Amino acid sequence: MNLQRLFGSKAGKDSNSGNLSRRSFLKITAGGTAGLVLGVNLTGSAAVAQSAAQSAAEGAMEFNAFVSITPDNTVKVLIKHLEMGQGVYTGLATCIADEMDADWAQVVCEHAPANTEKYANLLMGQQGTGGSTAIANSFTQMRQAGAAAKSMLVSAAAAQWGVPASEIKVSQGVVSHGSHSATFGELAVAAAQQPAPDVNSLTLKDPSEFTLIGRENTLRKDTGKHNGTAIYTQDVQLPGMLTAVVAHAPRFGGKVKSLDATQALARRGVEKVFQIDTGVVVVASDYWTALKGRGLLQIEWDDTAAETRSSGRILEQFRELVDTDGLVAESEGNAANVLSQSSDVEELVFEFPYLAHAQMEPLNCVAQVNGNSAEMWYGCQSATGDQAAIAQLLGTGIENVKINTVFAGGGFGRRANPMSDYVLESVRIAQQMPGTPVKLVWSREDDMKGGYYRPAYVHKLAASLDSNGKPSAIHIRVAGQSIMEGTPLAAMMMVNGIDTTSVEGLTGMTYDIPERQVELHSPVVGVPVQWWRSVGHTHTAFSKEVFIDVLARKAGADPVQYRLDLLKNNPRETAVLKLAAEKAGWGTKELPAGWGRGVAVHTSFGSTVAEIVDVSVTGKTFKVERVVAAIDCGIAVNPNVVRAQVEGAIAYGLSAALADEVTLTDGNVDQTNFHTYRVLRMDAMPEVETHIIASTNAPSGVGEPGTPPIAPAVANALAAITGQTLTRLPLKLA
Amino acid sequence: MAYQLTINGQTHEVDVDGDMPLLWVVRDHLNFTGSKFGCGVAQCGACTMQIDGVAQRTCALTIANAVGKNITTIEGLQSPQALALQAAWVELQVPQCGYCQSGQIMSATALLEKNASPTDADIEAAMSGNICRCGTYSRIKAGIHMAAAQVKNAGGAA
Repeated sequence: MNLQRLFGSKAGKDSNSGNLSRRSFLKITAGGTAGLVLGVNLTGSAAVAQSAAQSAAEGAMEFNAFVSITPDNTVKVLIKHLEMGQGVYTGLATCIADEMDADWAQVVCEHAPANTEKYANLLMGQQGTGGSTAIANSFTQMRQAGAAAKSMLVSAAAAQWGVPASEIKVSQGVVSHGSHSATFGELAVAAAQQPAPDVNSLTLKDPSEFTLIGRENTLRKDTGKHNGTAIYTQDVQLPGMLTAVVAHAPRFGGKVKSLDATQALARRGVEKVFQIDTGVVVVASDYWTALKGRGLLQIEWDDTAAETRSSGRILEQFRELVDTDGLVAESEGNAANVLSQSSDVEELVFEFPYLAHAQMEPLNCVAQVNGNSAEMWYGCQSATGDQAAIAQLLGTGIENVKINTVFAGGGFGRRANPMSDYVLESVRIAQQMPGTPVKLVWSREDDMKGGYYRPAYVHKLAASLDSNGKPSAIHIRVAGQSIMEGTPLAAMMMVNGIDTTSVEGLTGMTYDIPERQVELHSPVVGVPVQWWRSVGHTHTAFSKEVFIDVLARKAGADPVQYRLDLLKNNPRETAVLKLAAEKAGWGTKELPAGWGRGVAVHTSFGSTVAEIVDVSVTGKTFKVERVVAAIDCGIAVNPNVVRAQVEGAIAYGLSAALADEVTLTDGNVDQTNFHTYRVLRMDAMPEVETHIIASTNAPSGVGEPGTPPIAPAVANALAAITGQTLTRLPLKLA
Repeated sequence: MAYQLTINGQTHEVDVDGDMPLLWVVRDHLNFTGSKFGCGVAQCGACTMQIDGVAQRTCALTIANAVGKNITTIEGLQSPQALALQAAWVELQVPQCGYCQSGQIMSATALLEKNASPTDADIEAAMSGNICRCGTYSRIKAGIHMAAAQVKNAGGAA
């Protein structure tokens, strides 16, 4: 999701300006809390006092909303984003620790509580993780939090030692002056009593002074993942806790017609069976018992309002739509006119299936409801939205909804549901079990068949070519469901009926094509859809980059050079593409017989990634052997995490390029588990090499931008060796 | 009914139905939560434990079939191979979300305990039953090679 759009480019720019006061008031307009005014506070507020009281119990001295120090010399950092593998614990803590001049080994991280006032994503105006914004929105804020804490430590030392603060040095967690020296822990009590500095008075480090940012040796802070001690929602154990599973309608939109729970209730360990609006709930002593109980339910479903079409029929409708005029999402010049008068037109239709997120930890959530208050334990990605939705359901205020965030076993977009779907389901269940903590667990089948997929799409791209084989005009039509329509985000993310996320990447195209038109059809289908790692770019980068390659081949041009010629006004994509080409040995490194090489470049979430892929082909099968990637993401706060995210983003996109596909037969989802939804395994993982462009620009997105280029780069490599232009995902050679 | 299980060298007694998979006995009744639930049908490997030294998917192994066996979970790993793998996982920063990694390390441990010098092909054969949606496969492979080398070096020095 490109959430920078929520507040336009100005908000995005401000987040990196280092001037907190300029963006001190953002208005929440989503999640049902319209009108609440936010202040970006490092210090102060009643919420801080409450949190300080909690910290005091552990002996931690709170310096500001993000930093506390315990007398045993531990720097505890509160992380306002969800750690789901993308490395936010490490990245945000790095920014704080660098400005504090803390010793990396003394830093520990915890998830911050749900508190929009203190922990809003500065690009979203609400507390939430997504759109690859975690570092981009907080880079300056976290550094200010670290610098503020350091300033208080220095003030305390200056007072104790009777020396000027300006002469005091801080390095690796030690404050010193002449013969005086003290650890952060030794100064913590006195320093926490110092007045908090005005953040605008703090001078942040010049990049040349960074000690941790940009360095290779900062180990990740989301620890315990190598020995089973890291705690995820699935691992939350509370006294008296019960486990719930839900029988959902097999078709989207189906309702319970009749229920006989006699057999289920007779099973030992089954505590309760009841209906909620999303299905029939079985609450039991443990997961297995709940699952067995669910298997004993006799349910008749009412499909009157259900989606009963097959995905083939749905895509057929989309193919028909791209032959008709859509809503104009972008128009420059008169592309249709140029095309109609051209004698040389290239046209291709592309097709994309529904995709499940299939994160390793199936959806789950622990809730305890007492009267009109709730306490939650889960991998919470949208704290503000979820908290507001829960409060609304309970008819109470957000102050009565406490959210404890734990690690998430992957997300890829699924946990940030604008409707808080599975979260509200867990609260509805807990409402029926007052005072008892209940863990809702979706089975893998529930998760895979549960919808909220990356939507299916059909694109039609047509270009007219000039005498040099360059596109003079391009006309694009996209047909597919809107992920925003009907959600609380629609008001912000939809403009004149256009869901900008459906066309992002085809609009704002970086290639210099004089006349452009992008049109959109957003048909309503009863299959719930949602963002999926890199959102619209998952499909737009594919059609754009495969189409450009087709035009290059038609012109008899080298695909890299053809792109560079069209990117003369885009130095950033030019530099990234050139770096990838150079590192991959494009045009110089020979391929073994039967191998092909392909390229794609795309910009998303503020960052540019180019990928060059080598494939080997044997008959109708192929293997992606090697990927060389280059990324410009501004300052790479942690280069190792950046490389890991590019590797992971490639694997995730490659999985969809090779095999992932959700299909429906008469409204029933055909895929149920990993034997039918065949995700990437180790034997298909290519060698990946990632190169990071050195930059002093503010950090931009890293979690998602590596995904869009991989599928088109693979398709282009296959085209190079087989001559086949593949326009449908997943890729299959004829 | 009541069953006795030997887990990480300790005897545990639980009273559950005989068709309950070992994974859920260990997680929900004995509160060892390091082994994860990912699919429930032996397709993803997140639940992998060692049963008498062999890596097995415990979401599809009933408690009745686990009685009398030596069960090792991620919490009970002690072999030089396992410790070397865990050290390599930290050094190479293998985990991202981490949810699959207990199972990855259990499978990798079983591999190294019977094959001290696995090739890439050996690793792929042993590890392709373990899914990682974060795509940490290259680092897992590198971690196994690193641990294998470390164990060999330590053995040579001893």
